[in-house]
Amino acid sequence: MNTPSTPAHAAQAGLKALVRSLNFWYGDFQALKNIDFPVEQNRVTALIGPSGCGKSTFLRCFNRMHDLYPNMRYAGEILLYPDGVNIVDRHVDPIEVRMRISMVFQKPNPFPKSIYENVAYGLRVRGVRNRQLIDEKVEEALRSAALWNEVQDRLDDLAFNLSGGQQQRLCIARALATDPEILLFDEPTSALDPIATARIEELLDELKERVTILIVTHNMQQAARVSAFTAFMYLGELIEFDDTRKMFTNPSSKLTEEYITGRFG
Amino acid sequence: MDSPRQMRPAGESEVRWRRRVIARRRAWDWLFGLVGVLALVLAASVFAALFSEMLVAGFRHLSWDFLTSFPSRRPADAGILSAWVGTTLVMLVTACVAVPLGIGAGIYLEEYAPRNLLTDIIEINVTNLAGVPSIIYGLLALGLFVYQFGLGQSIASAGLTLALLILPVVIVATREAIRTIPQHIREGAHACGATKWQVVAHHVIPYSLPGILTGVIIGLARAIGETAPIITIGALTFIAFLPPSPFSDPHRLISFDWLMAPFSVMPIQMFNWLSRPEEAFQQNAAAAGLVLVGMTLSMNALAIWIRYRFRKTIKW
Repeated sequence: MNTPSTPAHAAQAGLKALVRSLNFWYGDFQALKNIDFPVEQNRVTALIGPSGCGKSTFLRCFNRMHDLYPNMRYAGEILLYPDGVNIVDRHVDPIEVRMRISMVFQKPNPFPKSIYENVAYGLRVRGVRNRQLIDEKVEEALRSAALWNEVQDRLDDLAFNLSGGQQQRLCIARALATDPEILLFDEPTSALDPIATARIEELLDELKERVTILIVTHNMQQAARVSAFTAFMYLGELIEFDDTRKMFTNPSSKLTEEYITGRFG
Repeated sequence: MDSPRQMRPAGESEVRWRRRVIARRRAWDWLFGLVGVLALVLAASVFAALFSEMLVAGFRHLSWDFLTSFPSRRPADAGILSAWVGTTLVMLVTACVAVPLGIGAGIYLEEYAPRNLLTDIIEINVTNLAGVPSIIYGLLALGLFVYQFGLGQSIASAGLTLALLILPVVIVATREAIRTIPQHIREGAHACGATKWQVVAHHVIPYSLPGILTGVIIGLARAIGETAPIITIGALTFIAFLPPSPFSDPHRLISFDWLMAPFSVMPIQMFNWLSRPEEAFQQNAAAAGLVLVGMTLSMNALAIWIRYRFRKTIKW
């Protein structure tokens, strides 16, 4: 296993985040148990595992989404580089974390506003008023999300008028418009048809040039196609973390092998 | 066990048996539909009867003069000017107080309040308040607004009283409207880095506004017909002048003296006329009733229109 767990490793370029003995509780229920693994910069890291294994819970630690709900507790560290701040520290403002780490959800969730306003929203909440700057950022984000050509003539249309796949790409544009350092994807294609799914997967490949990507997927072929590294989780624990190719051809854990060959899950 | 098909009587063909069973079940369908229609017809015809009787009795009296004249001892000269102006002003005060308080309370309870015993107690009480008889609100207002606060038997007292009365309605409508907003919209906004207040101001309030406005209008439509609490705080049954105009004072841009003026409202004017022995006053009451029903119906129509307008833009 190539799991670097010393902060010294962080000094090397290439490490975007380091998870160290992360634990998480919903009330009395421990959903994550002692998770350790690195997130490489400008790579796609996939999280796989059966339903209820904690992969979404884990992903939502990265933008402190759990803080919206009562009775939860983090312990351990997620160090975000280059500055090495522990983003699950209770003294770190979750809003500051969310300004650096964006998220795309399972179900496309555009706001019932115009296409333009959806993409501009992250800038608006940051207090950006400069119309020209917002225009530029909206166009850039829509281009990066491969949606610009389809919507450039109807930016004022309601986002709900787009198809499901377009809505999901709009949500990606919304997440990109604020230049995040990490982009989190929580099963982004599970509500989409195969063609829309293929477009999103192509997009992931282009996006990794400018942003670090962490993706939860229940689709193992998807993990194999899009990611450089894969983490396999089971019952709140990280069972195996490795190079994706190695993981899918020669996993070191028996459990991983059983899961990826479809014997359970 | 036998399959259902084998349960048919011997000698009956399978097709015949199947059709017979369907016919019997369809009969229940039809019967329930009939009961529903009967219930609807009964309710609608009661309203139609009431309304048409009022229409027949009052329609001849409905004229421009009726709207622009003060009450009078002579039924033919009597009008509802002071009553509808009073009703409008009282409703204005009611809306100005109940809308911000009710929406604020509803948003707090849905979006901010922690789940604990105190919140539960507040919630139960808000629901209970909606069921308190309106005369109780009148008694509270008589003691509190009229005497304790020294507002007297004024438009302000009446507006505040009716605001208290419809506050639970506005709070409940606000909460219901907020609850229809899917959680993933809130999460999406938070994920963009929004603060709680930004989520509320940019998303929760705008998306729940049609539902809130509908609730506000239904609340006001209830308040407009309230008589008991207004009588309790001492509205006049006969008043032959209007409250001072807000623009009457040359030294101030807008004066609020009208808030403290004595007043009457539509239901009280009707009540007064109905208690007179003369037949002609009964017709006046019917005409005033038509105006009141017209005000209520147009408010409801506005609520329906708002809902319809927004439903086209917001669908989850």
